[in-house]
Amino acid sequence: MADVRFEHVYKRYGENPPVITDLNLHIEDHEFLVLVGPSGCGKSTALRMIAGLEEISDGTLYIGDRAVNDVAPKDRDIAMVFQNYALYPHMSVFDNMAFSLKLRGTPKEVIATRVNRAADMLGITDYLPRKPKALSGGQRQRVALGRALVREPKVFLLDEPLSNLDAKLRVATRTEIARLHQTTKTTFVYVTHDQVEAMTMGDRIAVLNAGLIQQLGSPQELYDHPSNLFVAGFIGSPAMDFFDGTVKRASEGATATIGSRTLTLAGQSAAAASNAASSGERKVIIGIRPEDFHIASENDPNTLLGTVDVVEHLGNEQLIYMQSEGIHATEHAEVKGLTARIGPDVILRHGEKVAVGCDPTRVHFFDAESGKRL
Amino acid sequence: MSTPSSSASESPLPTLPATVPSQLEGESAAKRIAKEAGSPRERLTRLTSNGIVTAIVVLIAAIWSIPTLGLFISSFRPPAAIHDSGWWSGLLPPWHFTIQNYQHVLQAQGIGHAFLNSLIIAIPGTILPVMVAAFAAYAFAWMKFPGRDWIFLAIVALQVVPIQLTLIPILQIYTGVGITGSYLAIWLAHTAFGLPFAVYLLRNFFGALPSDLMESARIDGAGHVRIFFGLLLPLSVPSLAALVIFQFMWVWNDLLVALIFVGGGPNAPLTVTIAGLVNSFGTNYEVLTAAAFISMALPLVIFFSLQRYFVRGILAGSVKG
Repeated sequence: MADVRFEHVYKRYGENPPVITDLNLHIEDHEFLVLVGPSGCGKSTALRMIAGLEEISDGTLYIGDRAVNDVAPKDRDIAMVFQNYALYPHMSVFDNMAFSLKLRGTPKEVIATRVNRAADMLGITDYLPRKPKALSGGQRQRVALGRALVREPKVFLLDEPLSNLDAKLRVATRTEIARLHQTTKTTFVYVTHDQVEAMTMGDRIAVLNAGLIQQLGSPQELYDHPSNLFVAGFIGSPAMDFFDGTVKRASEGATATIGSRTLTLAGQSAAAASNAASSGERKVIIGIRPEDFHIASENDPNTLLGTVDVVEHLGNEQLIYMQSEGIHATEHAEVKGLTARIGPDVILRHGEKVAVGCDPTRVHFFDAESGKRL
Repeated sequence: MSTPSSSASESPLPTLPATVPSQLEGESAAKRIAKEAGSPRERLTRLTSNGIVTAIVVLIAAIWSIPTLGLFISSFRPPAAIHDSGWWSGLLPPWHFTIQNYQHVLQAQGIGHAFLNSLIIAIPGTILPVMVAAFAAYAFAWMKFPGRDWIFLAIVALQVVPIQLTLIPILQIYTGVGITGSYLAIWLAHTAFGLPFAVYLLRNFFGALPSDLMESARIDGAGHVRIFFGLLLPLSVPSLAALVIFQFMWVWNDLLVALIFVGGGPNAPLTVTIAGLVNSFGTNYEVLTAAAFISMALPLVIFFSLQRYFVRGILAGSVKG
């Protein structure tokens, strides 16, 4: 059991700009921390630094109270689960799981007990004599988890362990890993590019982009109060809709204007907007989550207008992709347009004009220049 | 330095490695046809086009094999018959075969002894370079040290140095040290000549293994020695086997290196001894045919028993997995 601390950690490759810049992160003991971000953001590098597979260019990394910059991977008391399992193909499942203990000279009986206990926990006892190639992807990933478990390490490192599994298995294994965390009560550091995994599993999430931590917090904090445009667009599926617009103080609260439409704000959104517009009308980027939209009457002035592009039915809800004015195209946006997530009852067709209203208390504002939350 | 086929061209023996792969292709093409299905019309087109390809491949294989077959049959015919008629007449009745030629070369001409010499030369001449190359290839693939890529590049570049260029300097060194004509001399020579290609082949194969495996082993507590023997070698059996076959064939069929560093003395291998026979028994085919076939026998056995590694080994490093 141990905490992990990054103190002013840098990672550089040659003369190129650093992959990780001044990383300061305290991963608490027993915590399940998720490092999430798009590919190339430095999340895997950070994880591999904890494992000792990447050298630290600058700064200090602590596991527990020990600075581990120059400690070999095997002496760090960590275990790692790799994306493509990294099982030793010529060894049986038992030998795969027992490998590290054998190297440490653990007595045979102890090895057998620990391997059997881990196998039991993961339901892979029947596969112990088999070779990895005789297992399915999900079974292999369980073996990889088991191999990490028998080590009884201080810190578990998981590098996109679910990416190679199909969708159904991914959900099942996700739950399994969460359960493992509860039973082992160990520190887990989990790397993923999938924000759904991050949201569902993490006690806390660190969102990384371009080698910098964008925001660190609980899933709900990240969802409710994204600290900048990047986090706002990354967390949540489908992604938040962004608009170029202005905010202005009004007699009661504040209003936000997108193109020709003006929305009256309420609650904390009104407070944030009037704060932002303290010195008069201000250009901002306005963010609204798809789930905060609803279909409104066309006569309602407090709405945005759009033309339906595509409708996706998901049974319990539907996703409406629309053309609308004032759309702000962020660099990571997959869909250019307005996405609304609404109930299944409304029937909409391609090309139809609709008015959508939004929850006036759940509108986010970001600085037009820096992208920081206002 | 050189591949088996070019080494074979230096020796007076019929080329073996070139023959057999073409036969294999013919076989696999035939199997493919048997497996494939489709609409009758498609199947017919495919059958005819594949049939033509198969026929051509089989024909080429047959043409390649005819000299070997002729050699094989001649070696069992009595000397008088060899001189009177072509080898193909041996196929027609009345059959008249004898093992007298073999008895003669094995005992009177010292081919038996030369065979033993060839083994004594070829086995260490194979194991040494493969072993050294495996260590080197591991370092080039998985250890970080300054100048690694440049050194590797230099080793790869060494493959283009013609072997003839090195003969005299090496011979001078050997004479200085006093090991000319010994087994040690030729073991070292074959090790040196074989290393560049061996390192190149193995490095590419080792490098294609997933890095996660090595990293996982490192976290599990394995050092370089453990990773090499416990993980890398077991996973590299196909490439090692392919390399062993390559190197063994090359050493076994080699005439030039053996002639220079061992000469015709008591340590002479088969190739040198047979070359000597050509000089003294140039007209006595019966002796030569038997001797030649003896020298081919072992590579044939090795090739057929390990052919699946051989074919896979040709592709080693070129495709992943």
